[in-house]
Amino acid sequence: MTKITVNGNEIDVAEVSEETPLLWVLRDHLGLTGTKYGCGVSECGACTVHVDGEPVQSCVTTLSEVEGSDITTIEGLSEDGSHPVQKAWKEHSVPQCGYCQAGQIMMAAALLESNKDPSDDEIDSHMWNICRCGTYNRIREAIKDAAKEVNQ
Amino acid sequence: MSLPNNEPTVVERTSLSRRRFLAGASAGSLVLMGNFASGRTITLGTESEVDRFNPDFFVAIDVDGTVTILAHRSEMGTGIRTGLPRVVADELEADWNRVVIEQAPGDKRLGDQNTDGSNSIRFFFDRMRMAGAVARTILERAAAKKWGVDAADCRAELHVVKHTQSNRTLGFGDLVELAADLEVPSPKEIKFKPRSQWRYIGTDFKIADLDDIVTGKAVFGIDARMDNQLYAVVARPPVAGGKVVSFDAAETRKVPGVVEVIEISGYDGAPNFLPLGGIAVCATSTWAAWQGRDALSIEWDHGPNADYDTDVYAKELTRTTQKPCKALRRVGDANETLAQSSKVVKADYSVPHLSHAPMETTCAVANVTTDETGKVTACHVLAATQNPQAVQQAVGPVMGMAPADVLVNVTLLGSGFGRKSKPDYCVEAAVLSRETGRPVHVTWTREDDLRHDYFHAIAAVHAEASIGEDGMPTAWIQRAAYPTIGSTFVAGASEPATWEAEMGLTDLPYDIPNLSLEVGQAKAKTRIGWLRSVCHIQQNFAVSSFADELAHEAGQDPLKYLIALLGRDRQINMKEAGLGNRGASPEDYPYDVGRLKNVLRRAADAADWERLGTLPKGKGLGIACCRSFLGYTGHVVEVEVTQDGVVRIPHVWVSIDSGTVVSPDRVRSQVEGAAIMATTQAMYGKVSFKKGRTVETNYDGYRMSRMSDSPREIHVDIVDSSAAPAGVGETGVPSFAPALCNAIFNATGKRIRDLPINDHDLKWS
Repeated sequence: MTKITVNGNEIDVAEVSEETPLLWVLRDHLGLTGTKYGCGVSECGACTVHVDGEPVQSCVTTLSEVEGSDITTIEGLSEDGSHPVQKAWKEHSVPQCGYCQAGQIMMAAALLESNKDPSDDEIDSHMWNICRCGTYNRIREAIKDAAKEVNQ
Repeated sequence: MSLPNNEPTVVERTSLSRRRFLAGASAGSLVLMGNFASGRTITLGTESEVDRFNPDFFVAIDVDGTVTILAHRSEMGTGIRTGLPRVVADELEADWNRVVIEQAPGDKRLGDQNTDGSNSIRFFFDRMRMAGAVARTILERAAAKKWGVDAADCRAELHVVKHTQSNRTLGFGDLVELAADLEVPSPKEIKFKPRSQWRYIGTDFKIADLDDIVTGKAVFGIDARMDNQLYAVVARPPVAGGKVVSFDAAETRKVPGVVEVIEISGYDGAPNFLPLGGIAVCATSTWAAWQGRDALSIEWDHGPNADYDTDVYAKELTRTTQKPCKALRRVGDANETLAQSSKVVKADYSVPHLSHAPMETTCAVANVTTDETGKVTACHVLAATQNPQAVQQAVGPVMGMAPADVLVNVTLLGSGFGRKSKPDYCVEAAVLSRETGRPVHVTWTREDDLRHDYFHAIAAVHAEASIGEDGMPTAWIQRAAYPTIGSTFVAGASEPATWEAEMGLTDLPYDIPNLSLEVGQAKAKTRIGWLRSVCHIQQNFAVSSFADELAHEAGQDPLKYLIALLGRDRQINMKEAGLGNRGASPEDYPYDVGRLKNVLRRAADAADWERLGTLPKGKGLGIACCRSFLGYTGHVVEVEVTQDGVVRIPHVWVSIDSGTVVSPDRVRSQVEGAAIMATTQAMYGKVSFKKGRTVETNYDGYRMSRMSDSPREIHVDIVDSSAAPAGVGETGVPSFAPALCNAIFNATGKRIRDLPINDHDLKWS
């Protein structure tokens, strides 16, 4: 009997095998497709979710590893896109294709949880996610704006 | 909450079936239909007249005033799904808050849907204006009739029509029924708004999908779902052109969730957009399908490309370019001038294979139904595709259907860069659905993507020039050899096509009296495709690097040298030079050397180029320019190379002149992104083959520029221009890599002629 809590809902996923990566449990079994597949080997960060508040790459995290954990996906970051990071993303028109952005946003939100006022270099080293469209400069600026709101 | 029975609940948000669009334009709607391309009379109809799908409309107005605009190009990050409807709304004088955008299915009657080649605004700017202007004109006439006044005194303005004398107004929705009875004006009667009155064109906007993207609701190809679908992955031949000899799926069938194992046939002859072939595993989840694929045992015939080794091949290409090749453009007598010259400079450049590696791999879901004889009766494909019409054309014959009968809906694309113009993955999904009798969603893994791409061509470019006393070239020979994109469509094609050569080789703008611009033979050993900015990648790298080398050889400032090389402001006669100009008219889109020099100077001014001679060792500036996809860019890149040889890029200055701009912010974002994509290509980009297989199989081997590797500041300058709209998406790429390498030379004295930069030792002391 495997139970996980996703976006505040306790879910019984007993019929899913325990070695299944969390990414595919979210996407294929729970229909939460906001979390994206990019590489399957934790190189790109597109699949980043929060597990007990920490940023985790769901493509290399098995279901058994998150049993009993509290998981937040992009769908649960805020009710309506009003998280400071999401607001800053919109303000700066960060997304181009948008595919990697859920992972970027989850990573940025986790950064601001641990560091309320990150420097450019701290942002650069924390935000290792790949964006093939090349939105990095706007991501950096958006994070700095989101930090201002968090600190207010 | 309990597990929802394995059936995902995601709605097909971007799915637009034929019926659904009509439902959106139901009774009481004003629907404009017209074939703007042929200039045919536009007809107007209510629902009774459009009970059959007729996609020749781009705009519909409901009685409640809602304006629905059809987006027929694919959204992969450029903003086009919002940009073109903004053009319609501008001419229509619609209130943007009351506009709904619907994504069109594939249908050739809509015109070109291949979202590729940086063509969307160029091809459709005027046609979208026409769609909006026709609707506006009818509404104005309807209001005039109602009020019994002259239509010339009625003006549409922000969703109402106003009578200018009396200030009476009627809303767009109120005019729909009346307008439906009116004759539709012919395009000749239509007057576009003057530029000074543009409301949306040239102003920034938020893309239509922004809220959905930041909340995870946006639906990409990998998220597309159909009821009762299976999830499939395919084991494809490790070497392009290989075949399955035999396979054993006994272990696969034991994997929980695996439903079917199906062999897919590969292509014979040229690859086209047909599947590579292989063994597909269809299961109840993606993970089960992967597990099933891992358990397959397959014997392959690796075919004729099993010996492909890019180290060997690269040397062959370079060897080819050492001797005269086929001249596609000649001016004067370059060979004779070089033979007579006392000073000749030569250099050889190379660029390896590159992969598109879009963040979202290629994915599609298809639902095929058959009758009792197995004949296909319907086929619906929902895919992340840059070209839904190519999907129809590729899937149709395989299904035994006319292409027009294949229904193709388009999701958002997790980027594309040219990969998703090639719908082999859609054919796979259709074949698997036909065989299983259920909808099948095919997902490519990242490994699949990097092993089985339509790769950007590996290339060698040789350049040589004779130098006069003033340091300027008197003759210039350039020879390029690379496997042609043509080989993907014609088996055995082994010479760069004229349109490929024109991307940075034969369109050489330098004012040199003797030119010989040549292409050499190269037989493709894998599938070759077009990748963002295409042959400019290798050809402009060579041209702009060589110009910099000659400047240093002459002891001159690279910017001043480049300006001198470009010569006087003039328009190159593309026809006389035997150039195709991407099919664009030479009158609307001349090769304007003055515009190219202008962006070069603007980038240099912004970068404070004058400080070049004052920089300490390890710091450098590099410059390059390019006309590509009919737009003009100048790049200045500032680098810092540490003594350990680590390259950092603090600043990039880009000036772009792409004529009339619909969205300055999306142009800026494209140019920023182009600099970062070009950083990846220049610094790390390399796909190698050994024994016919790619060595790099994921992002760990095929390295991407991350935030910390990328330019810290990208300063984009957009030239204010009323010239015809040119390309943007690809235009920002080509002059970056040579500017970067020129900057590295300035910083370290080390000249990079073979990309990627990361293969070179840049340590200095």
